[in-house]
Amino acid sequence: MDKNLLSQVAFYFFAVLTVASAAVVVFARNLIHCAFALLFTFFGVAALYVFLGADFLAATQMVIYVGGILVLILFGIMLTNKLYDVKLKTGKSQFVPAAVTVVVMFAILVFFMLRTSWFQSGSVLSGPTTASIGELLMQDFILPFEAASILLLLALIGAAMIVRRRSE
Amino acid sequence: MIGLSHYLIISAALFSLGILCVLTRRNAVNVLMGIELILNAANLNLIAFSKYSAGNIDGQVFAIFIIVVAASEAAVALAIVLSMYRIIRSVNLDRADTLKG
Repeated sequence: MDKNLLSQVAFYFFAVLTVASAAVVVFARNLIHCAFALLFTFFGVAALYVFLGADFLAATQMVIYVGGILVLILFGIMLTNKLYDVKLKTGKSQFVPAAVTVVVMFAILVFFMLRTSWFQSGSVLSGPTTASIGELLMQDFILPFEAASILLLLALIGAAMIVRRRSE
Repeated sequence: MIGLSHYLIISAALFSLGILCVLTRRNAVNVLMGIELILNAANLNLIAFSKYSAGNIDGQVFAIFIIVVAASEAAVALAIVLSMYRIIRSVNLDRADTLKG
């Protein structure tokens, strides 16, 4: 019982951390603050993956999102910004309709998520998932796996092609 | 007890915040951050359903593919932002209006 309570407290902590830092990403005035809030969002989502028993994905989230995508975004900020003279937000005339739309959409989503009786399987996953994910990738999902590797190669070449200086 | 609906609500909140970020921000890099929030919400949903509804780890394999797509999307999108900055000297999306007649 005590352990259960502790895990619930930890769950709510990470849930609040995730949503609050995502809100900072949306509402902060300073772009660097947004980037560092995004770091905490990724951490929080990785912690939620741990609660869901997805240990391999939690590690992947840390390595790819925090180590890769966030560093890429920080590079993007540093290469394109003068850091002071950016006005991040759109005007009120655009913010208010967008906010109303998003709040209505959130309400509809939550309403139907709570109202639907989702199918719940009784089987409980336990133990590490890395080995079985590897087997699935090499057996059932071999074609998407190869397609993903080609996609990554194309993204690598394409990104380098787009940013290179044209030499006439 | 923590159940499926808790994760669904967190994921809905992340998704809505991501949409709000994409709709209201002017800076192209900040819009990219909103897209990452949306992709994370989708991943959270997939893994939650994979645990509670399917009872196997197929959803986690799907989530890996989403992470792959997110990584390549970030690389290409930042390349586009950089070359846009080189051409119009700004990352303000309102200034990228060359197509307007």
